[in-house]
Amino acid sequence: MEAFMTRRRLLATAATGVSLAGTSLAAESLFGSPAAAQGLNLPANLPEGVRTQAHLGVLPGKKPLIKLTYRPPNYETPIDYLGTAITPNDAFFVRYHLADIPPVDARSWKLNVAGDGANGRLSIDLDGLKQLPATEVTAVCQCSGNRRGLFEPHVPGVEWGYGAMGCATWKGARLKDVLDKVGLKKEALEIVFDGADHGTVEKTPDFIKSIPVWKAVEDTTLIAYEMNGQPLPHWNGFPARIVVPGWTATYWVKHVTSIAVATKPFDGFWMKSAYRIPLGKFPVVSRFVSQETAADTPITDMVVNSLITSHRDGTSVRSGAPVSVDGIAWDGGFGIRTVDVSVDGGNTWKAAALGADLGKFGFRTWSYRFLPKRGVNTVMARAANVIGQTQTAELILNPAGYHHNVVQSVRLVASPGGV
Amino acid sequence: MRSIAVIAFALVAAPALAQENPVLLKAAPGLDKVEAHCASCHTLDYIAINSPFPSAVLWDAEVAKMINVFGAPIDAADAKAIAEYLKKNYGS
Repeated sequence: MEAFMTRRRLLATAATGVSLAGTSLAAESLFGSPAAAQGLNLPANLPEGVRTQAHLGVLPGKKPLIKLTYRPPNYETPIDYLGTAITPNDAFFVRYHLADIPPVDARSWKLNVAGDGANGRLSIDLDGLKQLPATEVTAVCQCSGNRRGLFEPHVPGVEWGYGAMGCATWKGARLKDVLDKVGLKKEALEIVFDGADHGTVEKTPDFIKSIPVWKAVEDTTLIAYEMNGQPLPHWNGFPARIVVPGWTATYWVKHVTSIAVATKPFDGFWMKSAYRIPLGKFPVVSRFVSQETAADTPITDMVVNSLITSHRDGTSVRSGAPVSVDGIAWDGGFGIRTVDVSVDGGNTWKAAALGADLGKFGFRTWSYRFLPKRGVNTVMARAANVIGQTQTAELILNPAGYHHNVVQSVRLVASPGGV
Repeated sequence: MRSIAVIAFALVAAPALAQENPVLLKAAPGLDKVEAHCASCHTLDYIAINSPFPSAVLWDAEVAKMINVFGAPIDAADAKAIAEYLKKNYGS
């Protein structure tokens, strides 16, 4: 109890001089939680601990984002920034596993490329990387565990809501062109990435990830140094990160400093034990054969998904006046074919109008207009991709809480006096 | 009052790095061990957001994972105290 009392007094003391994201935390006592005090409408089915702890917090260079953990920093993008196909850099989510994140000086940064599967070795600086042919790709970067907090029953981990994702136009050198400079032996199996971040304890496994050679040499797999026309923000991997369009963000190693060409499956913790999904439960297209076991396999392609961005659950609207329900859809890089919308809780579905096509790896905006009836209108959106995959009606349980793509429901409450 | 003054100073000084408010967990036996061991690798909001759903078995497994997988240097007695604290205050 003493800790709480101290905190209350602290908040009262601090409120005069310190505000967080423009909203005084002292208002917490009026609203029950810092998030509510800041007007954040967090999903009701997140763990109670998230609903009482999470609030808008500011990392240097970023807009206020939903702070889940300070260190390592895990901050999610509020839905307000996800209504467009391109997510602003300063609102892009931040996710780290390890807390020692050194600032990287672009002038002294070097990327070392070697390994037993390479014929040679290379050390390339940022200017050298920029002298290689530049490629741009618009692609969704989504944490494997986006929406983990919505799992029922809950599973441990960073308890994300909807915003551990964003879409940007990434510019960089093709990974393939860099690998060509060292030359791949025919035994080359995986390409292994390490970044500048580390654990604070020496024994903590470093965050090192690998992808199969076939994925590494695709034309869209990049070593990116620009994001939406600007240098990468520090918190998104400055000065260069790996971009693996279609695959979840776990492979998009930030602040990349080392690339190894391996002839054996990389067996570090973050490959062997983490980021794995049970075999046979998900419609996986991209296989990562060298890392498969009889029980599980590394997560690869993102599953097809959509998000209603125009309205939050419980929003008040005016009955009989047209409402535009808007959102985004994405998948693992096959491309969105349709987004169907139901306004009657899933009984009937109609096609939404799709927005601009920024390429098969990007967010696809969509929009659907309808006349809400008085009372509760349960709006649902369901995306399908060009290979016929669609969102699930029921959660596919898995221990680490990955691939949540359950069709979302948003209740619009319509009345003559609604807004 | 002294500790409050220190924390208030940290609040004002913090924006140069990142806005970080102290994460205060429930005051109960074992909190001193949690603060001494867990906070060296991660802020304690990791505990709060992962609550109150974990079973006793899950909290035991999480503490064991921090030691055996992530290399946290925690002796058996302190590990037990930490697990007990988590189960009693942040468990289901």
